[in-house]
Amino acid sequence: MAGSEALAGGGSHGAGAVADGGTHGAGAVAGGGSHGTGALADGGARARRALLTDGVRAYGLIVAMWVRSTMTYRASFVMTTLASFATTAFDFVAILLMFSHIDALGGYSLAEIAVLYGVTGTAFGLCDLVLGSVERLGRRVRDGTLDTLLVRPVPVLAQIAADRFALRRVGRVAQGVLVLGYGLLTVDVAWTPLKALMVPAMVLTGAVIFGAVFVVGAAFQFWAQDAAQVQNAFTYGGNTLLQYPPTVFTKDLVRGVTFVVPLAFVNWLPALYVLGRPYPVEVPQWLAFAPPLVAVAAGWASGIAWRAGLRAYRSTGS
Amino acid sequence: MRLYAVVVAGGFRRFATYRLATVAGVFTNTVFGFIIAHTYIALWDERPHLGGYDVSQAVTYVWVGQALLVTVALMGGGFEDELIERIRTGDIAVDLYRPADLQLFWLSGDLGRAAFHILGRGVVPMACGALAFDLALPGSALTWGAFLLAVLLGVVVSFALRFLVALSAFWLMDGAGVSHVSWLTGMFFSGMLLPLNVFPGVLGEVARALPWSSLLQLPADVLLGMYTGWELAGVYAFQAGWAVALLGAGRVLQRLATRRVVVQGG
Repeated sequence: MAGSEALAGGGSHGAGAVADGGTHGAGAVAGGGSHGTGALADGGARARRALLTDGVRAYGLIVAMWVRSTMTYRASFVMTTLASFATTAFDFVAILLMFSHIDALGGYSLAEIAVLYGVTGTAFGLCDLVLGSVERLGRRVRDGTLDTLLVRPVPVLAQIAADRFALRRVGRVAQGVLVLGYGLLTVDVAWTPLKALMVPAMVLTGAVIFGAVFVVGAAFQFWAQDAAQVQNAFTYGGNTLLQYPPTVFTKDLVRGVTFVVPLAFVNWLPALYVLGRPYPVEVPQWLAFAPPLVAVAAGWASGIAWRAGLRAYRSTGS
Repeated sequence: MRLYAVVVAGGFRRFATYRLATVAGVFTNTVFGFIIAHTYIALWDERPHLGGYDVSQAVTYVWVGQALLVTVALMGGGFEDELIERIRTGDIAVDLYRPADLQLFWLSGDLGRAAFHILGRGVVPMACGALAFDLALPGSALTWGAFLLAVLLGVVVSFALRFLVALSAFWLMDGAGVSHVSWLTGMFFSGMLLPLNVFPGVLGEVARALPWSSLLQLPADVLLGMYTGWELAGVYAFQAGWAVALLGAGRVLQRLATRRVVVQGG
């Protein structure tokens, strides 16, 4: 039926049929369980697991291909990796230059800011390495090459995330880790096992929260293909914001990234607990331990946004 | 001359086509403007009159930076990616046979792009900044005119630098590394990270003498009314001097590079 409609209705319908076909298929696999009996639900869960394993394996294969391709131009790879390291390092150099004139910014010492910077920098770097390519979705929608991905038996998100995988982004991760190490070594904190555990946890949950923002941003591009920049405001902009202590910003802005776009859970809320600093906005203290929950919720919400976007996709038509 | 005027207009129209991308870009510039403005306010709170600016001049500097970021192509993404691709694929051979000068042709296109970007990406973020913060904007139309001339010279210097970067693809084939290093240098030495007059000691002096200061620091200072009379003429001479030197270097490199071109016939 979809096929005949495509023939009758011309290009755009045809593409719609392709898109629908893709998502319906996935829906059938993923959703099958929830409707049926116990046995079917079991099958649904297994199918979902299979889909996930497939996605991860395909992601790995595509990534390996891009890494091989990158290594063809080795000099360029070395230069771009160093540049990726230096690009992010310059953000910290700016902070160092500021501290050549001052002892505290917004009431925070350099070591404390290094901890904030290191956590968000590493989390964002990890997320950017794994998922950064999804911001190219709009381009693929525009030039019609997304259709190729839809007809392959691999989850579209896995393909788009691995597309043009940029190994050079390890430079960004390395830079974040270095600053974090410097911050942790120099900062004055009464360490407890809980606080020590919270540091790696923040980096991981932070990466997931950033990842959710990336995926929501990519999903938005199904509707607004040219709006990749809007995503940058939340991803790169969010990263820049979180490098500085919340006391620097207005309370409304802090409330916004706590309750609307949950970026404050990447580092501000948990890190301020570790540093023994009060949060500038009135919030219950247990929110400092909420990042894992927020990460799961954000990941779930981004999944919904992604599927909605994919379902709404209509091809360029020609 | 008519040909190049047409290319300028074409560059303008080409970028004007992407309306949604422009709106999205304005949004991002504005968000970054807010974030950076607050960090500058915290910095100038600790050290009033740092670098000879008061708080409102420092915040104005932030918004000038956001307004000019794309205009002077501080993050790259102008014509150079396209030229590098043409060199890599060999399409450059066709360009060299055209009855137009390679450097002037691409310069014209880039001027058209910059003209669109200062209108499309510059005006709205600046207006948002002026609404939300107390900016030190000049009241006199003359200062605005002086600012625009400094921006124009900044765009030419920026073009000349990126033209050199693009030509390096004749030797390296993949220009991604060089263009990344180049925009990185530009970010640092243009004053985008922090005004160059806040850079300490020798670093500051070196940074202010390099061509990248023409891209943001000098136009911003002209807008802030730091230069008048002969000092202003000195600023223009500095920018024009770098423009001429770098464009000249581009021509020399272009001559060397085109000797390497081998057209595969068939």
